[in-house]
Amino acid sequence: MKKNIVSFTVGLIFAIGLGLSGMTQPQKVFGFLDLFGKFDPSLMFVMIGAIAVHFITYKIIRRKDSPLLHSEWLVPTKKDITPALVMGSFIFGMGWALGGFCPGPALTSLASFELRPFIFVISMIGGMFLFKWIDSFFKLNK
Amino acid sequence: MQTEWLYALYGGMIIGLSVSLMLLYNGRVTGISGIVNGLLTPKAGDNLWRISFITGLFFGGILIKAFFPIAFTGQLNTSTWTVVVAGLLVGFGTIMGSGCTSGHGVCGISRLSPRSIVATLTFIGAGVLSIYILKQVGVIQ
Repeated sequence: MKKNIVSFTVGLIFAIGLGLSGMTQPQKVFGFLDLFGKFDPSLMFVMIGAIAVHFITYKIIRRKDSPLLHSEWLVPTKKDITPALVMGSFIFGMGWALGGFCPGPALTSLASFELRPFIFVISMIGGMFLFKWIDSFFKLNK
Repeated sequence: MQTEWLYALYGGMIIGLSVSLMLLYNGRVTGISGIVNGLLTPKAGDNLWRISFITGLFFGGILIKAFFPIAFTGQLNTSTWTVVVAGLLVGFGTIMGSGCTSGHGVCGISRLSPRSIVATLTFIGAGVLSIYILKQVGVIQ
């Protein structure tokens, strides 16, 4: 139960951060990725701010033997750079540019009750199922 | 504009704080594509924290709409089919690549994960290349 309250709170704070930062405005994402045109570097500061904070807190938090509400750390430990990692990220980047949304801002934007974020999220879930279906034959992500 | 950079920086720091709470209490990475993906093949006892997180995002969105409505402006005027294709690519790509802007870009880079550094450089690079090509062919102005 406590873990779910933490998850809810993290989601709430995360969404507020996204909204303040400009990540929920697809035109800003366009501007950020339009490096050779009307480049708008402001979204670079979102990553700088987030990484600056978490780089430090990560080191401090990981000094503990375990998280406060769980017996062990659940942080990914894979190190290998696979073709699926690079190809998948490339495909994601194309979609991010085309729609101006990545998953977090798209879900947060559902609260705007506009049609476009809704269509985006449904399609995104469809894309996830599509990959899982294809992957069940080829095991790309193993 | 300078204020936009500041809002971006503060917003980013708030995001950094929120993912730190997830790590401190639940021991987890806040990777949004992964959180959604886990719900598509549900496992007993592993669903409620995911639903709670997404509900939190939504209520955060409600607060934004009430107090900072400018955050939901700046929509694109591309066609609906563009949105569908974009969503499909984002869903497909994030699961194939094991993460998105939050999981790789924020959490992964913060712990200097080589996979996340490669993934983030790749999706930003692919985004820059896509905008360049989309402008050349006239899909966007």
